[in-house]
Amino acid sequence: MKTHLENSIIKTERTGPVLFSPYKKGEAIKKTVKQKREDILFEIKDSGLKGRGGAGFPTSTKWMLTAAAKADKKFIVCNADEGEPGTFKDRVLLMEYPQLVFEGMVICGYTIGAQTGIVYLRAEYEYLLEQLENYLANMRENNFLGEGILGTDFSFDISIRLGSGAYVCGEETALIESLEGHRGEPRNRPPFPVNTGYMGYPTSVNNVETLAAVPHIITKGGSWFKKFGTDRSTGSKLFSVSGDCEKPGVYELPWGTSINELLELVGARNTKAVQVGGASGICIPKSQFDRKLGYEDIPTGGSVIIFNESRNMLHVLKNFMEFFVEESCGQCTPCRIGNIKLLEGVEMIERGEFTFKYINTLKELGKTMQVASKCGLGQSSPNSFLSILENFKDEIFHTTVINGYNGKAGK
Amino acid sequence: MKEKLRAPKSQQPLVVEKPALEDGIGSKVTVEINEKKVQVLFGQTILDACKENQIHVPTLCHHPDLCIAGNCRICVVEVEGMRTLQTACSFPITAPIKIKTSSPMVRKARRHIIDLLLSEHYGECYSCVRNNNCELQTLAKEYGVDSYTFGHVQEPVYEMDLSSYSVVRDMNKCVNCRRCVRTCIDLQEVGVLEAIDRGDKTHIGTFLEKPLADVICINCGQCINRCPTGALRANDPSDVIWNAIDDPTKHVVIQTAPSPRAAIGEVFGLEPGKSFTGELNTALRRIGFDVVFDTNFTADLTIIEEGTELILRLYKALVKKEQTALPQFTSCSPGWVKYLEHFYPEYIDNLSSAKSPQQMFGALIKTFYAQKKGIDPKDIVSVALMPCAAKKFECNRPEMMDSGYKDVDFGLTTRELGQMIQEAGIYLPEMPKSNFDDPFGEASGAGLIFGATGGVMEAALRTVFELVTGNKIEDVFANADITPVRGFEGIKYAEIPITEVGPVPKILQHLVPDWNWLKGATLKIAVAHGTANAKKIMDDIKAGGKFSECHFIEFMACPGGCIGGGGQPIPTNEEIRKMRAKAIYDEDNSLPVRKSHENRHVAEIYDIFLTDGPCGKISHKLLHTHYIKRGKYIA
Repeated sequence: MKTHLENSIIKTERTGPVLFSPYKKGEAIKKTVKQKREDILFEIKDSGLKGRGGAGFPTSTKWMLTAAAKADKKFIVCNADEGEPGTFKDRVLLMEYPQLVFEGMVICGYTIGAQTGIVYLRAEYEYLLEQLENYLANMRENNFLGEGILGTDFSFDISIRLGSGAYVCGEETALIESLEGHRGEPRNRPPFPVNTGYMGYPTSVNNVETLAAVPHIITKGGSWFKKFGTDRSTGSKLFSVSGDCEKPGVYELPWGTSINELLELVGARNTKAVQVGGASGICIPKSQFDRKLGYEDIPTGGSVIIFNESRNMLHVLKNFMEFFVEESCGQCTPCRIGNIKLLEGVEMIERGEFTFKYINTLKELGKTMQVASKCGLGQSSPNSFLSILENFKDEIFHTTVINGYNGKAGK
Repeated sequence: MKEKLRAPKSQQPLVVEKPALEDGIGSKVTVEINEKKVQVLFGQTILDACKENQIHVPTLCHHPDLCIAGNCRICVVEVEGMRTLQTACSFPITAPIKIKTSSPMVRKARRHIIDLLLSEHYGECYSCVRNNNCELQTLAKEYGVDSYTFGHVQEPVYEMDLSSYSVVRDMNKCVNCRRCVRTCIDLQEVGVLEAIDRGDKTHIGTFLEKPLADVICINCGQCINRCPTGALRANDPSDVIWNAIDDPTKHVVIQTAPSPRAAIGEVFGLEPGKSFTGELNTALRRIGFDVVFDTNFTADLTIIEEGTELILRLYKALVKKEQTALPQFTSCSPGWVKYLEHFYPEYIDNLSSAKSPQQMFGALIKTFYAQKKGIDPKDIVSVALMPCAAKKFECNRPEMMDSGYKDVDFGLTTRELGQMIQEAGIYLPEMPKSNFDDPFGEASGAGLIFGATGGVMEAALRTVFELVTGNKIEDVFANADITPVRGFEGIKYAEIPITEVGPVPKILQHLVPDWNWLKGATLKIAVAHGTANAKKIMDDIKAGGKFSECHFIEFMACPGGCIGGGGQPIPTNEEIRKMRAKAIYDEDNSLPVRKSHENRHVAEIYDIFLTDGPCGKISHKLLHTHYIKRGKYIA
């Protein structure tokens, strides 16, 4: 197993401005329990930290809403269901920096008034379970977890639960359903988990990376954190870089880094396209490589997949659509059937049996899916369909129309 | 009582606490719907707010009896300031928002959703049992669908499940709205149907994909009533019945239950709430049924048999102090009987051994009636018009052969008979009225009210009270309307004190040597409808709670009782069920005889046929049955 771990991510010396900067175990918890909840919230608010899962919801707002909800129990759930194709940054954090994640959860629990933290660990990361449990035991021994943490009256503990391999369970309400033992399917929102979450109690669901940033913010201050990144995208971001490059792996870069800069860093040559944000993200063509990674321009959960000139973009798109057809939870109509239709459209283009009229209809359908689907999965699944067909229309339609069109009318 | 639902949170009703403000003004929110300002209740869904303001928002997965799902997405509306469209059925109004129910984006999204559903919906409307009564078809018409934008499935994907006597599943027509799932799991707490697999393979299935006959389905058919398309329907015997009618050597007999009469008008497009008893009799004869009997007759008989059984059980328990299964449960509802057999098999001794009215009648038709008319019972085809899907299963139970033949050959639902009447070119509401055939004739109002929840209990009380005390029930309950057991509350409970014991009629005298032990006793009774409510009572009994001290409990598998049965016209909702119940109570009120023991035909049959009286040997052979401990685990 160990070899597998080492092989899967090329481990270099990790350096980075925030997450990979030096940190002394337990420091943030010690500082936290001496402060008032409001002060912690203020510090997080000051830092401008936004959810690192991809949606970018302000963390301080989420915590504040959960803290303000009236209930006798509250929960903090760490979303470690890292399932977006091309993402593996959370695995690195959980493997190498578990202290940051768990301490972030303790701080969140202290702030929102939760007694219980739950890590929803992706089924495929089961091999991390033992190591993480050992780490939690160690934290309990040192009184960073359990009854009366560090001699205060604040009690908090963390348990780890395994997912079952559904992509949709990374969506926070589906994750909660799954935690409760139900079929992993998103809920209607509103009500939001901050009011009605796990078992009906107020719940803050945070990404692994978001939580890992918290101890640094607490020890070094929100204004220190703000120094990195841009105005609206403060701090740094972990990027899981894969695809056609010399040095794939996890990189910590400040927000605002341009795609060109990133490509240079990882040694990518002859790059044709970069898929940012995984299968549900958007595909950036060469002409737009000067765009910047950040909430202002290209928001992302951190997945960067690089395609060089040798790649067929239609095959790339087909691969993504096959993924969504299989991973839709099957609950709502636009996502369940819409993705099938988009995939069928891609296959039609592949065979050369299509009409532009029908492809345009499918693009309209994609836009409907973006606004009418129940959760983020269906709302973002047409992204790659729309962006690849738009940004690579010359390549896709030129090749197929010239080489593949056999004169049959499409549907 | 705070209800605990088993469905996932995503499909549970939203409870929003209303702010408590002095004059109640604060509990209203002013919103803008289609640029018109209206006041709506805080926490109300957009859908309800629109309904109140006469704005139509289409729905598909939404059903008033069920919790919210929000998964078909057809009811999407635009809410100003929100990036995505919101489902009207699930969105609670808690702020002064601006809503658009028919913007270009909304219309386009709805049209896309309908087109997507149609692309996977196999079959053509004209060959569907739900033609002209299908919500998908209605939506397609409403949105002017004139072609299949995203294609149309050409071959069936799923095999039809024809295994059940009661419910036929054709998943090729399923639109994954999951109303059946919510019906089965929440409304009925049975949990046979569930969404299985994900993505493009998502479908509604049973445990291990077993056929419906092999799982713990109780055949209540509530899923059929709530299916928006033809994916679920009852197992229709009408073709075979037509054959029997057309066969001159067959004597085709039909008995009609009270509930279909109160609902069949809906098949002909009439408002619910009017009974067509006389008209139906004529129509049935014109179709070609040889005789038409009133199931209420055996309902009256059931009351005598079940009431007698109750007295015997009470005597055994209270006087002889013997181990006796109490409370006694009614056994008229075959859905409930199967529910108990599956979920609480340890309680089958509590079920009254008296058969349901349908099966009592079946046994009498092929014995008493056949003898009287000199017809060979093998030439009799016995049909039962029922509001029920489970009755189809019941008449096929192997133990229901006490006449030496299959006691009842076919259970026919209200919907199916409506279809037969239309096929015969008859417009039911314009038929002249006619009476039921002898020797069973007209029955009492007590038999009639069996159709509504609480009806069996009310009928039993009218009889037991009068027979035991010698007093008139009208002295206690005005107009003999026993109101504590009426109404649509999930569980009803009442106590009836027996202050005196009068001269007991001859027919019962031999049962116990002395009747005075009943004096001063208090009869504790309860009524539940819908198996979810039944479950609550059963769990309470198991825990030794209040209901374990009851003497007699009426259970009906379907919400509202038989009038809300799985064979009744579609759609159904509480309003409609109330109207049907009203029709039944009104008819009861208009009848000259309203108590089972006053039905002269019942007295007659004990005189000449069931000569050793209620719960005697003959009645035990023909009118009583036994049950099976099925349990939840099926091989």
